[in-house]
Amino acid sequence: MNGLYLVPLGNVPANALEWIESATAEWFPLPVRRLPSLPIPEDAFDTKRGQYQSVEIMKLLARHAPHDADRVLGVTDVDLAIPMLTFLFGQAQFDGSVALVSLCRLRQEFYGLPPQESLLRERTVKEVLHELGHTFGLVHCAQPACAMSLATHIASVDAKAQKYCERCGMQLLHRFTSREEKV
Amino acid sequence: MKKNWPILVVDDEDVMCESMGAWLREDGYRVDTAPNGQKALELAKAMDYAICFVDLKMPGGMDGIETMMEIHRVRPEASIIIITAYATVDTAIQAMKEGAQEYIVKPCNPQEISMLVSRILKLKKLQSENAILRKKLSRQYRHCDIITKNPRMEEVLALTQDVASLRSTVLIRGESGTGKELVARAVHFSGNRADQPFICVSCAALTETLLESELFGYEKGAFTGAAAQVKGKFERADGGTLFLDEIGDISPKLQADLLRVLQERRFYRVGGNEEVVVDVRIIAATNKNLADEVHQGKFREDLYYRLNVIEIRIPPLRDRREDIPLLAEHFVQRISSELGKEVTGISAAALKVLIANDWPGNVRELENVIERAIVTCRNGMLDEQDFSWLQPAEKSSQNWDAPDVTLGELERRAIVAALERKHGNVKEASSALGIDRSTLYDKLKRYEIVH
Repeated sequence: MNGLYLVPLGNVPANALEWIESATAEWFPLPVRRLPSLPIPEDAFDTKRGQYQSVEIMKLLARHAPHDADRVLGVTDVDLAIPMLTFLFGQAQFDGSVALVSLCRLRQEFYGLPPQESLLRERTVKEVLHELGHTFGLVHCAQPACAMSLATHIASVDAKAQKYCERCGMQLLHRFTSREEKV
Repeated sequence: MKKNWPILVVDDEDVMCESMGAWLREDGYRVDTAPNGQKALELAKAMDYAICFVDLKMPGGMDGIETMMEIHRVRPEASIIIITAYATVDTAIQAMKEGAQEYIVKPCNPQEISMLVSRILKLKKLQSENAILRKKLSRQYRHCDIITKNPRMEEVLALTQDVASLRSTVLIRGESGTGKELVARAVHFSGNRADQPFICVSCAALTETLLESELFGYEKGAFTGAAAQVKGKFERADGGTLFLDEIGDISPKLQADLLRVLQERRFYRVGGNEEVVVDVRIIAATNKNLADEVHQGKFREDLYYRLNVIEIRIPPLRDRREDIPLLAEHFVQRISSELGKEVTGISAAALKVLIANDWPGNVRELENVIERAIVTCRNGMLDEQDFSWLQPAEKSSQNWDAPDVTLGELERRAIVAALERKHGNVKEASSALGIDRSTLYDKLKRYEIVH
């Protein structure tokens, strides 16, 4: 049976992986399987920017995807970026099989604030739903409260709910019930 | 909907194209990428990109500025955003000078780029809506909306096209109801003034003083009730076209004033002492024979020649009867839809009645007759009975004011009318008049008729 594979990249707290497993099981009718952690490739590190190039990590995930994987979701604690943008909360192959989420900028500590686990959990779930949503063909949603709305700063992540709006949710459901996405 | 706004990313670095493309796709855009200017140009030829992100520095071949200029050559509407890692004022200025819409330094904040794209697309959407509305407006007056298969009318349409972008004054002649204003609008909306005002003035509808104020405007206190400065039609038509309908009806004073504006392109508002300069194209129309009016001293000869630079003569409907079925069908469809009454067409017998009619009120009369028939029609098809009230016109003698003219003048008019009907063909005109060609030539000389 195919499934959604969860891949920690580098050191990722175990509780974060549990939050993700629980949230994905709630929204996606795919068995969630955890794979052993992969080391982050050194060449993904951009010394000038002190950040990791997300494209390189995405390639690594694609290379390590099991043959029976429907989706591979990478989770990391390092700060991600692409050449054009100063940072990313996560990235996904649109209508593809690979997604990546970084916890780095979801942590209160990144903004010089004391850690807050419950908030980190909420933010992680939102970003996981967002990036996996892209892999199922969902584009950014105009509803600020929908998990699929575009978040360009942490306040816009906090403005989202830990769920899809009705329209995006229905689109996702349609995807699962249509012939192309039989699971 | 965002897929209607395709985006092109041009960068020599794969990772840049790949990541930027992926990020924009998540936003719902259709994104293509190109590793160099040459490939970008190929893609731009095949696809109408709304936005092109172009890297300024690309080794070998075309750089960002050259690529932008080439894309602009094939897609002038595309918005180019120049991307660079090296922020220098000089390159930014050069990029903007060459036509870049924006200039961004990488890496930039996701919010910045997201807002930039949505701002550009919002503007594009407004521009596109504006273009659609303008097109809709101008379509109302397109040549193809003047319905005809008559060769003479087709010549008229070709002439309107030929003169559309000229500044020359046009004089449109035709009987009442032939569609002089429609032709004037077709000239205006087909030319390079189409996005400028088209202002109509019916010269016969107003008294001399009112018309003067209407055309030239007035200053505050110019007359009792002139509480503020008011711009006239000439000023309002600045850059566009002023259509002077029924020009043959204006007073001698206004003829003189109009002549001055036509000659000097400047005038004074009523009660004003400051000259107003305007760039207005004049299209005048009349149902009178202005040459006759000049002959009789009722219309200034100099003004006549100023107005009559390009003459468009619209034939009366009775001379293009082959258009009656086309026009009738067109009016049935349009009016039935406007009135919300389901009338699908017009019977052959009814068309026969319409074709036989002489239509002294021309196309406007036909339109009114069809409207009345639709209103009273009891089934879904206009039939002969629906036009039973339409009396066959008496053989028209409207152009023949016999009691007021000499026999010679009557003959002159008959010759002019025959020449007009036969498009200046002397052989056909002589045959229509029942005289031979040499006799007609003699008479043309005698009456100094130039055809």
